[in-house]
Amino acid sequence: MIHFEDVTKRYERHDALTGISFHLAPGEMAFLTGHSGAGKSTLLRLVGLVERPTRGTLRVAGRDLAKLHRRDIPYHRRDVGMIFQDFRLLQDRTAFDNVALPLMVSGVSPLEIGRRARAALDKVGLLRKERSLPRALSGGEQQRVGIARAIVTKPPVIVADEPTGNLDPDLSWEIMDLFGQLNRVGVTLLIATHDWELVRRMHYRTLSLKQGKLADDTGRPGP
Amino acid sequence: MRAPRFLVPLQTWLLRHAQAALGALGRFLSAPLAAVTSLMVVAVAAALPALLYLLVENTERLLASWEGTGSLTVFLKTEISDDAARKLAKQVEKHADVAAVQVVGRKEGLAEFRRLSGFGAALDALGDNPFPAVLVVRAKPSAAEAGRTAALAEELGKLPEAEVAQFDLDWVARLLGFTALAERAVWILTTLLAAGVLFVIGNTLRLEIRARHEEIEITALVGGTAGFIRRPFLYWGAWLGLLGGLLGWLLAVVSLAFLDGPASYLASLYGSGFALTSGGFGLFATMLGGGALLGFAGAWLAVLRLLEVGQPD
Repeated sequence: MIHFEDVTKRYERHDALTGISFHLAPGEMAFLTGHSGAGKSTLLRLVGLVERPTRGTLRVAGRDLAKLHRRDIPYHRRDVGMIFQDFRLLQDRTAFDNVALPLMVSGVSPLEIGRRARAALDKVGLLRKERSLPRALSGGEQQRVGIARAIVTKPPVIVADEPTGNLDPDLSWEIMDLFGQLNRVGVTLLIATHDWELVRRMHYRTLSLKQGKLADDTGRPGP
Repeated sequence: MRAPRFLVPLQTWLLRHAQAALGALGRFLSAPLAAVTSLMVVAVAAALPALLYLLVENTERLLASWEGTGSLTVFLKTEISDDAARKLAKQVEKHADVAAVQVVGRKEGLAEFRRLSGFGAALDALGDNPFPAVLVVRAKPSAAEAGRTAALAEELGKLPEAEVAQFDLDWVARLLGFTALAERAVWILTTLLAAGVLFVIGNTLRLEIRARHEEIEITALVGGTAGFIRRPFLYWGAWLGLLGGLLGWLLAVVSLAFLDGPASYLASLYGSGFALTSGGFGLFATMLGGGALLGFAGAWLAVLRLLEVGQPD
């Protein structure tokens, strides 16, 4: 589902990622760890085609991202649910409207939008706050709105950048449990985190980045 | 009631456009200061050529109503008696281009001048009546339309009894020439101001885009196409143009109403039932439609850049 082959991302002065190669099978879930600045966010941004790789081949959900025409990018992004460390919510829209946005851009009918957006909000436990504006929500709640927005279109791939960074341990577990549920119904997930404790207890495949290079890959854990 | 299955995409599409249009109107009305400022600029820019157009249009109509009267004055030689003048009038009346002939006898002319000029005493001093008999000839409307009034004047001037024949409204023809010039000026002004409006709308929209940068980026991140992102801005521009056109039309019509009093007084002096026209539905529709179209075009220019937002390098 996600194929990195010798992918390098170079910014003006330095290489953010160098020679990254790994495959994530459909329905696989993996953690991406590393210190800040190790290139975790960059790697996730490549998957969502927020940025293009400088070199190498990157295939996501069957698309060769290097060859994808610009006007096809929106359709690729609809297949990749992105969860951001800084939430990236629309501050002047309610939680419901934020979650409904991906459905609106894909031309889903209003009736269906209402149904699916509420289902997503319910999944992250925020159905009661659907009318709240982001600034009226705590950091953790905002993060969950961001997660609801990412899963509302039921994309085959979800990438998450520090999704539990603003959550207390209990909520972190709930969110991880939610990711586990999604994974069990076949969603491919790549989750960047530096919460080693969480990673250690979850027993999923873990990719470690160190200064832009893939330092360690635990591989797919056995059954 | 559920629509047939094949209509659902159309329904959804229409709904999305309606949402974008109404959302844009809502945003427009919720940002009063910026909106009102640009609205006034557009309105004034629209009102100027509209008002000039109305002035030219009304002048033309007024002149046409005068020219239609096509009246000529034939001054006869002083030795021609009133009786001879009346005989001549009968003859002239038979001319194909002549509708009617009125004879002003020598004594009547004198009396009229005495009454109107106040030079009565001076006339008494002259002793002899210096006034000739006069034929006031009204041309047929068909002759006036065909522009044969001047030729008729020349023809009548060559009669042996005539001293001189005058086409009273020579200046009308000249003024009509001027209005043709003014008409072209209206077009030039309209084009220039339309270009101005285009840039004003483009610039206002650029500010709006900057203010909503975050929203544009996030929409792109969740898979919004360039068309989806552009849509509300295009509607926004169209609303600005439409409302600006409406306000401009009101400004022009109200300004024109200020001229209505003096204009009808002037018209009454010439014995005409002339009334100012405010362009009717045609001008109204043109200004609203043209405004919306201009706003849309200006917005289009501004949002071309939006293709780049949220896109990878």
